[in-house]
Amino acid sequence: MDTEILARIQFAFTIAFHYIYPPLSIGLGLIMVFFEGMYLKTGNKQYEVLTRFWLKIFAITFGIGVATGIIMEFEFGTNWAVYSRYVGDIFGSALAAEGLFAFGLESAFLGVLLFGWNRVSPKVHFISTIGVFLGSMFSAVWIVVANSWQQTPSGYHIVGEGFKARAEVTDFWEMVFNPSSVDRIIHVWQGAFLAGAFLVLSVHAYYLLKGRYVEISKKAFKVALGLATVISLTQLLSGHSSAEVVAEHQPAKLAAMEGHYDVKGAADMYLFGWVDDESQEVTGLKLPGGLSFLLHQDFDEPVTGLNAFPKKDRPGQVNAVFQFYHIMVSIGMFLIGLTLYASFLWWRGTLFDKKWLLKIFAFSVLLPQIANQVGWFAAEMGRQPWIVYGHLRTNEGFSQEVSSNQILFSLILFLVVYTILFLLFIYSVNKKIKHGPYNEAKNPDEFLKYV
Amino acid sequence: METFLGIDYPTLWFLVVGLLFSGYAILEGFDYGAGAWHLFFKKDLSRRIAINAIGPLWDANQVWLIIGGGALFAGFPVMYATMLSSMYVPFMLFLMLLVLRSSAIKFRSAEEMLWWRKTWDIIYFVSNVLISFLLGIVLANILQGLDIGENYSYKGGMLFAFLNPYAIIVGLTTVSLFMTQGAIFLLLKTEGRLHARLTFLLKKGMIFFIVSFAATSLYTLVFLPGVTDRFKETPVFFIVPVLAFLAVANVPRLISKKKYGTALIFSSLTMAFLLMLVAVQLYPVLLPSSIDPKYSVTIYNAASSQKSLGIMLTIVLIGAPLLGGYFLFLYKTFHGKVKLDDTSY
Repeated sequence: MDTEILARIQFAFTIAFHYIYPPLSIGLGLIMVFFEGMYLKTGNKQYEVLTRFWLKIFAITFGIGVATGIIMEFEFGTNWAVYSRYVGDIFGSALAAEGLFAFGLESAFLGVLLFGWNRVSPKVHFISTIGVFLGSMFSAVWIVVANSWQQTPSGYHIVGEGFKARAEVTDFWEMVFNPSSVDRIIHVWQGAFLAGAFLVLSVHAYYLLKGRYVEISKKAFKVALGLATVISLTQLLSGHSSAEVVAEHQPAKLAAMEGHYDVKGAADMYLFGWVDDESQEVTGLKLPGGLSFLLHQDFDEPVTGLNAFPKKDRPGQVNAVFQFYHIMVSIGMFLIGLTLYASFLWWRGTLFDKKWLLKIFAFSVLLPQIANQVGWFAAEMGRQPWIVYGHLRTNEGFSQEVSSNQILFSLILFLVVYTILFLLFIYSVNKKIKHGPYNEAKNPDEFLKYV
Repeated sequence: METFLGIDYPTLWFLVVGLLFSGYAILEGFDYGAGAWHLFFKKDLSRRIAINAIGPLWDANQVWLIIGGGALFAGFPVMYATMLSSMYVPFMLFLMLLVLRSSAIKFRSAEEMLWWRKTWDIIYFVSNVLISFLLGIVLANILQGLDIGENYSYKGGMLFAFLNPYAIIVGLTTVSLFMTQGAIFLLLKTEGRLHARLTFLLKKGMIFFIVSFAATSLYTLVFLPGVTDRFKETPVFFIVPVLAFLAVANVPRLISKKKYGTALIFSSLTMAFLLMLVAVQLYPVLLPSSIDPKYSVTIYNAASSQKSLGIMLTIVLIGAPLLGGYFLFLYKTFHGKVKLDDTSY
């Protein structure tokens, strides 16, 4: 296999694996802030138990997120050297800000959050929880800003030619607030909140089904359900607004998402379907003119199709972009329905009576995770063949001096190490869930007698 | 070119990056160093205490690597890209070992089984030693220069090219320096029999360090051409090696007086002075080309635009005091000897 493909596979694998964890940390962080805040406000011990319990799962998640995140920071340089030289001037400030403001904040407070219960006052501990949560929110900001700049570059100019060409910042704030960044940051945050909320929902639904820890599980379930309902509904708005930006700035990506080839025709919207790139036809269930309506509130308004672009300037994997995008949307819709229905039962006072509903919640933990993953797949594959939209192609961006054998070597290492890491993650989270939120209070002196 | 206090922006950023990597070497130096002693502790409890000594700190210390890497990418994208893609295999190993090391810290004490703990102990020990060693390898290869050709393309070998004698000596010196730093740190954090064992181990560590340090100095002076040029040109820089030597000499003295806090400061200063020595030697070059000096990566051909550097320097001016504040708070909170409780690793 050639270097470009291997470099892409490796990057996709490492980033997709990494992306399991940070959204969970952000979502769980928000819920922990709520639990601990309620504990401080009401003095109710149950909230303390919940905080401490979720903190243990948060600790593992956060730890793997940091470990796999460091890889990403350096993988730009190892595998995408040409790209790194090209965008360094732009990403530089975003990355520097991320390191200083976000990572500094979260990592320093993490120590206090995890190990400081007996060393600081409850208030200071609560501040540390907030610090870690805010830090994780900030890191999402800067990294999405950097990615959004790749999608919709602005606030820059190109300096130099050929190999020495690169993008330089002309306006920092225009670079930060490029056309797609705000919508995408909100969308990513919402995806993260859902990932965290649904893990909490799933675990406590499981406890309720088993009849264990019923009282605190009901509390936690309601907190997470409230969050999940609001977020899954509002995520529809940020998703819609994102799509409008894509329509304006990356028309080829949007066309690929709906398999729309026709240069100047009205565009349909599919519920599901299959794209044949050869015949340029989509088979599936569609709402004729739906995409046109969504963008222009008119079923007959033409939308730029894929054929408006030369083959070398449009995404190669149209069907994949189509499928990933549709999986994301379908999951989003399902989550809205599920949380609305559960909230309705909550209002009626019968939320915990339906076993089948709790079962769905117990299994639905995977859905936001899948949606987060495929959403990014659609966004990044839809960006192809560009690594910086309209300026630098993916096949020009990789490290020329790294041979395919070297990448094969590192890719195999990643596969082995990450598989072990994933199994450890599942094993230890599962163990903590099985063990439950209550600690058999271990006597601290017990440790010391061995000294 | 724009300047601040009479110093041009690339030079200022060179200082920023240098400071960040010094901070990384000092702080992760004692983390990696403590880990490199791991198998020298026989009892399970001693090993747990040693891990929990760095427990609340190592994640924060690691941030210096993240910020340093970010600062290099930000200020000198050409250096960041060229160094990482040229030394692909060493850096990939380094990254993978970092992941293994974090996993070992997290998972080692999560189970009671003997085989489980022993396996993680070995992984933890090996990863700490190899991470320190690889950092030395990278540093030595940068000092010697790489086969960088036109358009920053690397022409050299994949792995064994980096394992030359000089690099191995510098690698060993790095391990010994970190082990000294780690042992002093653990002495501050422990009591009782583990403490006594560490005083014994530290003596061995100091000997290891002094021997490898002398070997590196000799090898550098004899085999690395031009290494003393900068100091002959500008004799005032001689103060750096002198300071480094004084700091090194002061460490055993303070240890024998059992002043471990001050000893840690002086062994940290040793690292800072040694890195300063490297910086003085290289400046304004970042990565010398051994093919032709005209292909070398320097702070000027590697730097981001003046505008970008200006923004980043502003970010540093705002962010550095914040970061300092966080660290002060963290280290104050966990000051003193290790006390295990139910939140410990």
